[in-house]
Amino acid sequence: MSLFKIFDIAGSGMAAQSLRLNTVASNLANADSVSGSADTAYRAKEPLFAAIHRRELGQPRSEAEAEAGDGVRTVGITESQLPVQSRYEPGNPLADADGYVYGSNVNPVDELVNMISASRTYQNNVEVMNSAKQLMLKTLDLGK
Amino acid sequence: MSASLDNLFGIHTAALDLWQRRSEVLADNLANADTPGYLARDIDFRKALQSASGQGEGLALAAPTSGRTIDPAAQAADALAWRVPTQPSMDGNTVDAQVEQAAFAGNTVHYQASLSFITAQIHMLRTALSGDQ
Repeated sequence: MSLFKIFDIAGSGMAAQSLRLNTVASNLANADSVSGSADTAYRAKEPLFAAIHRRELGQPRSEAEAEAGDGVRTVGITESQLPVQSRYEPGNPLADADGYVYGSNVNPVDELVNMISASRTYQNNVEVMNSAKQLMLKTLDLGK
Repeated sequence: MSASLDNLFGIHTAALDLWQRRSEVLADNLANADTPGYLARDIDFRKALQSASGQGEGLALAAPTSGRTIDPAAQAADALAWRVPTQPSMDGNTVDAQVEQAAFAGNTVHYQASLSFITAQIHMLRTALSGDQ
């Protein structure tokens, strides 16, 4: 019964969005982290999504089925390439030889926008799953 | 009423199959709402149902190539089309969450309508079988 497949599809969407929420939480938590060098400074992370096609999952029964989508997956986590802020804080125990510490390049506004977008998409997927469940229950009641 | 036993519910079984398939496609669109470069898709219901009911152009029953039966998914996939985006986006994604959600809600209602038609048919047959009891 292919309504079951909707659970997989919506589930993959929910997993992807919760990972996105995870990175947002990590970014916001580390917004004020400092580090002793620009290389080790915290950089904002963002997941990269890609569509799953059934072809990648193994043997499709037909060409049409191979074209059919099957949810979303995360191909990786990217790190923001924006420059990190450096501050002159000679009293900071993490400061380098010149007295500088390096903060993160997290933009809190970006993160909040990402958070709203992720939670909306998550809700959409939950609704899809609920609808599919109701349709299946109604189909079971067929003829009563 | 045409009650040949292998065609009790008429077009509604094929319609049910298609609504189910369409809900899958729409769920896929919603799951990929944030995937860069993803192109939203939908099923051309008129075309798919015509081919399912044998009124379309071409042969009604395509010879099954590999499977034992006729694959409704394959029939529906013939009618798969890209959605025309209403507004461009920077990452090339053409999913409009509101449009997809509305389509999914409509699709759910259509599915339930097909279920109701089948249920009504079952009730009618049951009445016919049991007489006036």
